[in-house]
Amino acid sequence: MSVTPSSPAQQAPAATLGLMTLFAAVLKRDLHVGMRRWTDASNSALFFILVLALFPLALSPKAEVLRMIAPGVIWIAALLATLLSLHLLFRADLEDGTLEQLLMLPYPLGWILLAKTLAHWIITGIPVVVMAPILAVTYHLPASALTVLTFSLLLGTPTLSLLGSIGAALTAGLRSASVLLAFIVGPLMLPVLMLGARATDLALAGEDPTGPLYLLGALLMLAVSVVPFMAAAAIRVSAD
Amino acid sequence: MLAGTNLTLWRETTRLFEGLSFILPPGSALLIEGPNGAGKTTLLRVIAGLTMPESGSVTWNGTDLRSQLQSGVLQLAFFGHATALKPEISARANLQFFAQLAGQPARVDELLQVTGLAACADLDVRLLSAGQKRRAALARVLLSGAGLWLLDEPQTNLDKAGRQLLQRAVQTHLGGGGTVVVAAHQALDLGSAPVCRLMLGMD
Repeated sequence: MSVTPSSPAQQAPAATLGLMTLFAAVLKRDLHVGMRRWTDASNSALFFILVLALFPLALSPKAEVLRMIAPGVIWIAALLATLLSLHLLFRADLEDGTLEQLLMLPYPLGWILLAKTLAHWIITGIPVVVMAPILAVTYHLPASALTVLTFSLLLGTPTLSLLGSIGAALTAGLRSASVLLAFIVGPLMLPVLMLGARATDLALAGEDPTGPLYLLGALLMLAVSVVPFMAAAAIRVSAD
Repeated sequence: MLAGTNLTLWRETTRLFEGLSFILPPGSALLIEGPNGAGKTTLLRVIAGLTMPESGSVTWNGTDLRSQLQSGVLQLAFFGHATALKPEISARANLQFFAQLAGQPARVDELLQVTGLAACADLDVRLLSAGQKRRAALARVLLSGAGLWLLDEPQTNLDKAGRQLLQRAVQTHLGGGGTVVVAAHQALDLGSAPVCRLMLGMD
């Protein structure tokens, strides 16, 4: 058996992957790993179901009461479900050494973290978005409000995951990160919560919900363009 | 050429090293020795740009090593205690990811063969033994195509054949003009390559 290094040692090849290929490679790997680690993934979804099942039992089964609280309750449950899983976003990568390997590659770190956050949202966020309209039926929401609720969650939960990635990057090396993380990113998440609940509220009252939905979309765009840089700077500190 | 200039690092109130300098021409190895806790791993992390020294700099051919890494002029392979393997997926899937990032997607099978993992390549990494995980991590180093290897206690958990494999790989790398920095307790035969020795933790 001969051992040959893959190229003449002094002539290191330049980064060969395009940005989209890199993004796809990281996304594919994280989805692959995430699906295998399904207990982590299902935690958020189970928590979401549990909270939404408890409110009608504790408050009142009356249709008008449930309809009134539904937008706020569903959005709060979605926010807490997101927070619940966020501290694990970069934890495993830091502990098993993947992160330090990624830090030494000639690729933009923010781009890699964006792919990781997207994978995390697909695994933990999409189940919440899909289950929300199903569970909302038990709150007697009309079909028009269900559509707006789902759409607002579809725009809002990725923003929550992105904002959370800053906190996850800052706290990845800490033992009891989950509470600290909630305090760091919780305040940043409030606008998303308020706009999402407001949009659903407006639809419920038969008014036009496009205003808050546009704002949610704008927040998502802002988060996608700014957050990866902040998370990248934070993760360098955590990896030290 | 790898060079460290005037490196100083304290951890809390303990001085790990101060005013440390070295120059390493291509094709030569730096052997870092010292008792446990002397700062061998930390020095490797400083060279890799993962930990910032309090003063001093690490350069590659005269330019800051970290910027050389970012621009892709230099690639380095870091073989540390953490294997960077995901326990939930197979060794092959783990290596394919890094092979793709290194631009060497076709060499995975060959390196699984070389490192003796061909038979267990499709098992989840959590089922592999500690030594097999180290072999998989070694395969990642071999397919990185990096000019600079940083090896932290590379013989840990490897059996006799594994240590020989490692030794041959390092000798081949040095023979091809590569640069190696090793932190090791056990003797590693580096063949005829010039070796600089650095003793940490001795005043």
